[in-house]
Amino acid sequence: MSAETGIGAAVKRREDLRFITGRGTYTDDLNVPGQTYGVFLRSPYARAKINAIDAADALQVDGALAVFTGQDAAVDGLGDLPCGWLVKSKDGSDMVSAPHPPLAVSQVNYVGEPYGLVVAESLAAAREAAELVAADFEELTPVVAAAEAAKASPIHEGLEANLAYDWELGDEAATDAALAAAAHVTRLDLTNNRLIPNAIEPRAALATFDPTSGEYELRTTSQNPHLERLVLSAFVQIAPEHKLRVVAPDVGGGFGSKIFVYAEETVVTWAAAKVGRPIKWTAERSESFLADAHARDHVTHAELGLDEAGRFTALKVRTTANLGAYLSLFGSSVPTFLYGTLLAGQYKTPNIHVQTHGVYTNTTPVDAYRGAGRPEATFVVERIVEAAARETGRDPAELRRLNMIEPGDFPYETPVALVYDTGNYQASLDRALQLVDYGGFKQRRAASEAEGKRRGIGFSCYIEACGLAPSQLAIQLGAGVGLYESGEIRINPTGSVTVFTGSHSHGQGHETTFAQVVSDKLGVPFDDVEVVHGDTGRVEFGLGTYGSRSLAVGGSALISAADKIIAKGTRIAAHMMQAEPDNVAFEEGAFISGNQRLTLQEVAFASYVPADYPPDLEPGLSEKAFYDPENFTYPAGAHIAEVEVDEATGVVQLVNFVAVDDFGHVINPMIVDGQVHGGLAQGAGQALLEHGIYDADGQLTTGSYMDYCMPRADDVPDFTVDTTVTPCTHNPLGAKGCGEAGAIGSPAAIINAVTDAVGTEDIAMPATPEQVWRKLHGL
Amino acid sequence: MSKRGEGVEQSGEHRIPAKRSAVWRSLNDPAVLARCIDGCQSLERLGEDAFTATVRAKVGPVRATFQVALKLTDMRPPESYVLHADVKGAGAGFGKGSAEVTLAETEDGTTLLRYSVAGRVGGKLAQIGSRLIDSTARKMADDFFSAFHQALDPAANRQQSANPP
Repeated sequence: MSAETGIGAAVKRREDLRFITGRGTYTDDLNVPGQTYGVFLRSPYARAKINAIDAADALQVDGALAVFTGQDAAVDGLGDLPCGWLVKSKDGSDMVSAPHPPLAVSQVNYVGEPYGLVVAESLAAAREAAELVAADFEELTPVVAAAEAAKASPIHEGLEANLAYDWELGDEAATDAALAAAAHVTRLDLTNNRLIPNAIEPRAALATFDPTSGEYELRTTSQNPHLERLVLSAFVQIAPEHKLRVVAPDVGGGFGSKIFVYAEETVVTWAAAKVGRPIKWTAERSESFLADAHARDHVTHAELGLDEAGRFTALKVRTTANLGAYLSLFGSSVPTFLYGTLLAGQYKTPNIHVQTHGVYTNTTPVDAYRGAGRPEATFVVERIVEAAARETGRDPAELRRLNMIEPGDFPYETPVALVYDTGNYQASLDRALQLVDYGGFKQRRAASEAEGKRRGIGFSCYIEACGLAPSQLAIQLGAGVGLYESGEIRINPTGSVTVFTGSHSHGQGHETTFAQVVSDKLGVPFDDVEVVHGDTGRVEFGLGTYGSRSLAVGGSALISAADKIIAKGTRIAAHMMQAEPDNVAFEEGAFISGNQRLTLQEVAFASYVPADYPPDLEPGLSEKAFYDPENFTYPAGAHIAEVEVDEATGVVQLVNFVAVDDFGHVINPMIVDGQVHGGLAQGAGQALLEHGIYDADGQLTTGSYMDYCMPRADDVPDFTVDTTVTPCTHNPLGAKGCGEAGAIGSPAAIINAVTDAVGTEDIAMPATPEQVWRKLHGL
Repeated sequence: MSKRGEGVEQSGEHRIPAKRSAVWRSLNDPAVLARCIDGCQSLERLGEDAFTATVRAKVGPVRATFQVALKLTDMRPPESYVLHADVKGAGAGFGKGSAEVTLAETEDGTTLLRYSVAGRVGGKLAQIGSRLIDSTARKMADDFFSAFHQALDPAANRQQSANPP
């Protein structure tokens, strides 16, 4: 296939033409006849009883149409928002779920929780009316800090405690015994700071209802429209699936925060039928800060045992994970199955035990965000390994190398339930050391010191489990849905190709990458392949995009569908060429038998105009496949950060960053580089800048860009990125996924560099100038 | 947690060019108060020790109409009282606080008013206005006292009655 557009080619993204010329069509760009506007009423209290809501004055506003409350939704039987992953406590009991009505009914439990929807003819009228809704709240004492939540009185009526689950994985007795026998034990207390996702496009929803057909249509900012439809049908019970179409048009970034089924699109869809008019809601940025699921927020104590030679003998991890006020769609799985299972990292640590207390607090719910559990796991493993190297006087790169799983060890079963299929961790570490010029670090450090700056270097050899996920395993572990993906390939009568995928692109470039895969596999021109996604009315089914799964799972489904196209085409071509199907080969877009040759286009045409056609074969050339992965994929790599710390100001400058990642086979290296760059910038944001802070009253004090600091171009260096390749052994593309790696590996590398420069392990994320300055001055 | 946004704390003093008894009377006069509070749309007395007001105000990017309930306690006329405020701004959030106010007579016949406020805010006020709360509260207090000063200044009063608004 064409070297310019096939697998491995750095094809420019075809979707960028519309994005960079302002022609993208986002949810808020859409308008429909008769459209009205919704504004949500949000709790100003972290915890309060709702005594009464008086909408009389609001409804007097010119253009005001309706005010809906949680009571109205309850009367209509609108179901609660579900959590899609049932985690069990170590005693075998199910996690404790707090009921999560889309609109609060009797009590609000975090600042920003919606308790009503105002609908009006215009946005201005809706806002004005919202100002006039008089809600009588009775303030209650909130629980804010995760560390104290388990002991505090329960925030939810009817729940015995704020502990959602007490989960564990691994062999505790063996781990304790190994720690007791260790030659050295490194102990570390860590916090993983609360992050607030900041997609450029805020969440939005436009819902319509047709009373003549009973059909709802919801256009919304979703990473997985089919899952949205499934939840709204099966759990919230707005409408059965055949009466509910969910479309995710162009979506401007998600990073996980648009996976979840939120209150807003749920309520707007329900209310569209109530008012008999379409309703549009678009979040303001200040709403996004409060109402998009937050991320991370762990408090952890970890202990790593080493023998005399420096080999890891045991890792024990105790984590309290702040889940927020309610269990968001996948919130329960993030600090458990997506976290504890990754604590082996790249190492042969024989004994591992992790315990996670998931707790409720009066804060915004916490859920998956770029990396989801794996950045937290990597931070624990790579921080404590670095600290152990320092404590035992070993080179941090060599201590890692000593403990790494070796290429001959695969498949490698970890003590925390995963089987790594393949990898070569030494190769990525070697390449990273070479690219960073590790040998020259001492000179660079001296040069920095000459300028009054301390220089530090930090490593992070991460691993992640991606390509979510083998359905049976996931369901066994509590997932409420399968995690396969669908793909459909239609060869149109004249030979052009329409591809339907159940995964969803919101910045990842699927329209380009998936076209490359199909064009390469079927030998048709790249420009003849169109990719359709994000519409339950056009794509049969799908599970969307998260967990770096789209290519590994969705792309593999397309390979399966293409195989079926080739199989059927072979039978048609064999008939036309009067050959045995076994004697027909498919090469570069053509069916070949001896010196006869029929292009896929010719065969497609014959299938739709079946004049000379196998009698036992259906017409048409369109095939679909569902691909269920056998295992997770395991991208891994080595990240090395170098920082300069200004002694006078405490300012940390990230001056050099090398990322060498093993994503298996790469379809489009330009897109992969872009994904890595974006992830690294987000990781630098977590390490140095971003922090969601609640005050003691549960008020979010970092609720705008004045106080929540996002990374900018001048906060990151010119990244050096490279790849090593061990192809995934169990999917047909040999691909592992690249979306999250940057955000997973980099925070630990950066903090390891900062702690190296400052000379203390006691630096929490984000390493703000104030904190670093205090540590430099022993304060 | 709770590194910031722990609340508003502020204190100050103003010299009012009037006798203490006159200052006390004015501080309890809804008409005077309404005139001195910037953006005040209405202010009514609900009883000996309570007022209710509607005030249009702006805190940083948050502009809203606030319903204010005021309650006076620890009244020691004409020396001191404690003013409790409960402020609700629908979508803008809420504020709660109290101010200890003392009035001291001075040798030159004027009155020295001292106040000390402690309060907290919630909702949008805390979310996007937190770092502006102190400066806004300071400005509101300054505006109030400069208007109050003018309302009690005999010279300013004469001028005002000559030029009715």
